[in-house]
Amino acid sequence: MTRAASAGGFSNSVAIAGVGETDYSRASGRTELMLALQAITSALDDAGIEPREVDGLMKWWVDTSTEAEVAANLGIPDLAWWGEINQAGNVGGALVAHAATAIHAGLANVIVIYRGVNGRSGRRYGRGDVTGQRGRGGGAFTEPYGLLTPQHGLAMSARRRMFETGITSRHFGMQAVAQRTHANRNPRATFYDRPLTLEEHQASRLIVDPFHLFDCCLETDGGGALVLTSADAARERGRPVPLIRAAAQAGPGAGPPAKRIAKRLFDMAGIDRGDVDVIQIYDHFGPFVLFALEDYGFVPDAGRLVEEGGTAFDSGQLPVNTSGGHLSEAYMQGMNHLIEAVRQSRGESTAQAPDVTFSFCDTGIGTGAVLLEREDP
Amino acid sequence: MSDAWRFERPPGLPIPQPTEEAEPFFEALKEGRLVIQHCLSCGALAHPPGAMCRACGGTDFDWQQVSGEGEVYSYVVTHQAVHPALQGYTPMATVEVALPEGLRLTTNLIDVPPDEVEIGLAVEVVFEDVGDGVVLPLFRRRAGH
Repeated sequence: MTRAASAGGFSNSVAIAGVGETDYSRASGRTELMLALQAITSALDDAGIEPREVDGLMKWWVDTSTEAEVAANLGIPDLAWWGEINQAGNVGGALVAHAATAIHAGLANVIVIYRGVNGRSGRRYGRGDVTGQRGRGGGAFTEPYGLLTPQHGLAMSARRRMFETGITSRHFGMQAVAQRTHANRNPRATFYDRPLTLEEHQASRLIVDPFHLFDCCLETDGGGALVLTSADAARERGRPVPLIRAAAQAGPGAGPPAKRIAKRLFDMAGIDRGDVDVIQIYDHFGPFVLFALEDYGFVPDAGRLVEEGGTAFDSGQLPVNTSGGHLSEAYMQGMNHLIEAVRQSRGESTAQAPDVTFSFCDTGIGTGAVLLEREDP
Repeated sequence: MSDAWRFERPPGLPIPQPTEEAEPFFEALKEGRLVIQHCLSCGALAHPPGAMCRACGGTDFDWQQVSGEGEVYSYVVTHQAVHPALQGYTPMATVEVALPEGLRLTTNLIDVPPDEVEIGLAVEVVFEDVGDGVVLPLFRRRAGH
């Protein structure tokens, strides 16, 4: 058995032992609690762990299914660790960091991170009446002028970045097409059977200029879950183990969070950006994938990378968002990115990158990130 | 042609519900003054205003009047009414104006159609009464530019 080199942070002592998701749809016909429970049982089945062995639960703060409800439905006899992180959709990586910390410290043995949401048939995040502040607080300085939704503020920052760097909407389209090509190989993906060309991206209607329709994420009903255990427990499955080599979070501060979190993450991991084999990046809006590639320090010019087709899974360069991501697989607020990072680590993706040792996942443009290291049995 | 165009503010847009710290900003607008929160301990300017100075931690402030001249720093144009208030009012431009004091304000331009907005455009503040005693700092093309 090959043992991974010991690393800082969690000393490679914690792994993601199982992943699972429901079907992704526009109308699930189920409650958000049921979506969460179905995803959790699927992930536990993948991990080979019984529900009664679970002693930790963590969730997105915006998820409506409480840890108490989930624990009661799973028949968990003793919940030793639970919690959530209060921000928006961008907390997945931070939840992994918190859960791994708890397992590394011996506070829990099996922690499930879950998300179950009717994001299309229920509350739609694309609507300003869901996310707006009605002119209160900081919204007093933006909403009276028409900045009403998350995409408005992000479009404002994207426009400035286009001006400063020369990156264009065509570059954004190239990344959208690369992700769609990945989704066309992924039967779970919303756009599995719908190809996309650069011309179609450029001709798609403007939503908030500079964002075209195909720069914007889907709205999805569905659920997903991750099971975290000790590395030793995960090794019992006799298959490649995704070890948590590093995980970190970043909040408000000076400059892009991706620049700040990258230092923490790669210092903890003790590896270089160039050692990373495959990348997932939170794509509420596709242009931010390219910005994050630059801010994390993977490439100096992401526009050039996509011109070369370098984000495709079989490019031999930097495969990015190999499940299709939020643009083309599903909008699970980073959960589907974490699941895909695990599948890449285990060699099970439908758009598998070659020879993966290090699988990287951003879950919110620098607000949370996870670096997995594959250990062969 | 752009001389004839005038911004029509969607009436359903929120009006400011400022925190207590931010109220002097909106009170000054009613008197035709654009003011910025100014820290009495270190002299730093802040916008939007806060409860504590981000530079030094000071909590005593006054309000410094600025010229209201600036340049468009960035902008978006809403084409799809992603909020009910925008229904019937698209396309609509929202801009960020950079002030020479090193601060940026989100606003609308009253005399520049959405398809003519560009980064670097020289603009100046106008005080727009939007009803119910609320005055907003909107901007227009600066004369001679």
